Amino acid sequence: MEGIYAFCVGMLTACGIFLTLRGRTFSVVLGLTMLSYAVNLFLFASGRLAIDSAVILGESEIYADPLPQALVLTAIVIGFAMTAFVVILAMRARADLGNDHVDGKDPDEVAASMTLNKKGEIN
Amino acid sequence: MQHWTILPILLPLLVASAMLLPPLSSRIQWLRIASIGTLAILTILATLQVATVITEGTQLYILGGWSPPFGIVLVADKVSALLVLLTSFLALCCMIYACADHDKGGEFFHPLFLFQVMGINGAFLTGDLFNLFVFFEVLLIASYALLVHSGGKNKTQAAVHYVVINLLGSSLFLFGLGILYGTLGTLNIADMAVKVSQLPESETILAKIGGLLLLIVFGLKSAMLPLQFWLSKTYSSASAPVAALFAIMTKVGIYSIFRVFTVIFGDDAGELANFSVDWLWPLAILTISIGSLGVLASPTLKLLASNLVVVSAGTLLVAAALHSELAIAGALYYIVHSTLVTAGLFLLADVIAKQRGQAEDRLVNSRALSQPKLIGFGFAILALTIIGMPPFSGFIGKIMVLNSAETMATRLWIWPVILMSSLITLVAFSRATSKLFWKTPNTKNTAVEKAHPYEVTAIVLLILGAPLLVLFGGPMTEYVIQAAADLHNMDVSVYPLLPEES
Repeated sequence: MEGIYAFCVGMLTACGIFLTLRGRTFSVVLGLTMLSYAVNLFLFASGRLAIDSAVILGESEIYADPLPQALVLTAIVIGFAMTAFVVILAMRARADLGNDHVDGKDPDEVAASMTLNKKGEIN
Repeated sequence: MQHWTILPILLPLLVASAMLLPPLSSRIQWLRIASIGTLAILTILATLQVATVITEGTQLYILGGWSPPFGIVLVADKVSALLVLLTSFLALCCMIYACADHDKGGEFFHPLFLFQVMGINGAFLTGDLFNLFVFFEVLLIASYALLVHSGGKNKTQAAVHYVVINLLGSSLFLFGLGILYGTLGTLNIADMAVKVSQLPESETILAKIGGLLLLIVFGLKSAMLPLQFWLSKTYSSASAPVAALFAIMTKVGIYSIFRVFTVIFGDDAGELANFSVDWLWPLAILTISIGSLGVLASPTLKLLASNLVVVSAGTLLVAAALHSELAIAGALYYIVHSTLVTAGLFLLADVIAKQRGQAEDRLVNSRALSQPKLIGFGFAILALTIIGMPPFSGFIGKIMVLNSAETMATRLWIWPVILMSSLITLVAFSRATSKLFWKTPNTKNTAVEKAHPYEVTAIVLLILGAPLLVLFGGPMTEYVIQAAADLHNMDVSVYPLLPEES
């Protein structure tokens, strides 16, 4: 179980980082979301993975650590708010800047707008 | 008395929430009175807290009566109390400045401002690493919204970078916390400091990874070298009162480095003692260098001020790398001084930009300011303080940091770098002064409006810090030396915060 769990967290993190490094705000937002999923799973595992264990004493033979679950809950709430904010910001940037590139300038358009003059110099 | 420790967090929270409701929400004059009143009360409270900490020692506030290490605690020691006072005073000055109609550029300026103050105060006061994360998020989400206040292309674009990099930082923070909780089994800072020395050998490497992840996050907040690229653009595009308040935000990162890497991973951490130092040394020195280059290359006054923030962060990181009591004491003095003067410079840059018409704050020849004497005088004091000339506070701050390098080897590294950066700052300021004040046509400028009295008051209050920190230099240095000693002494910074049996 630990192996699969660790693989999933690692895979999510890798995808998240890859997408965050892309140039368009939409994929960056997706990347950030994936990263926050990975973080939540990771935090949950910091209390050790165990089957058939309740967080309340006396309900089961072994009990689980309740603190990571509380931490994950807080992290989910904060992550949710931040995602909402970054989505709105990305839309605002799309409206203000006229494109969805993270640097505010679309490299394709910049390249297309560069035309050569008669002397062969870039305008 | 007992509940004073939590008031710097509760008061802005309650007032900001009330501001969102009808009787206050639509009346700008009421909002201004409420904001300035709250921040003035907060400054008084923080002063009283500093007095209490001096006479009675560290204040521990246990929320809900759940005793540590299980519950959440707030800790007001000498370091936290001083920084809360600094934040409150700085916020008061920025708010006075903002009330000169800078707050009309967008909605919810006042509540957001108070939420940000709440987040910063909380980050300074908390005694629990997860709570530090929560307060980081509170101050960040307020700062995201404040950054785009009064709108504009530049701000939106800077905000995209700022928000994305800080969200990444938050994820890394949680990864670090997860690893540390998995190995140490606690997130209470004092408890972690005890547990880290008892770690089995197989787990030290994991704890080290967790610690280094935290170092990356705090480095990101405090603009440590490879992570400082977001700063100059963000700070220079924010509106003036917001940029001035942001001057304290890098210091939150520095404070966290001091707290985590002297209390938890400090001298008593067994195998992990001071492991961050190897990383901090080169990065701190490179941060000063790149900041100085930025200062020299800045085309506008606001960018120059932003790059000065990087230089001061580098100087503070050098102190963190030295990690001796004297170094941390020097750094605390330097934090107070540099926050006040940088904030003053951001505000003054805005006033200058308004009076120069189209040239704004660009360092080019342009028409004269309408109040050259008043502004020039303030600018001269700020410049002298930032460069580190006597008789102002920058001089004492830099001397304290330089003096704390005790061995020859550290001196050879630190002295040339800090002194060269001072020289470069001097060159940059000379150039800026000649462009802004001297190379102007003789025609008198009467068309432009004069600085608003609120703006003048705010800037004067911030500039007053420079001579006052020197006049009261004796008690001030005594206080910071005591504060740094407390931070290093486990008998003060750790054991009293835990129940008896441990």
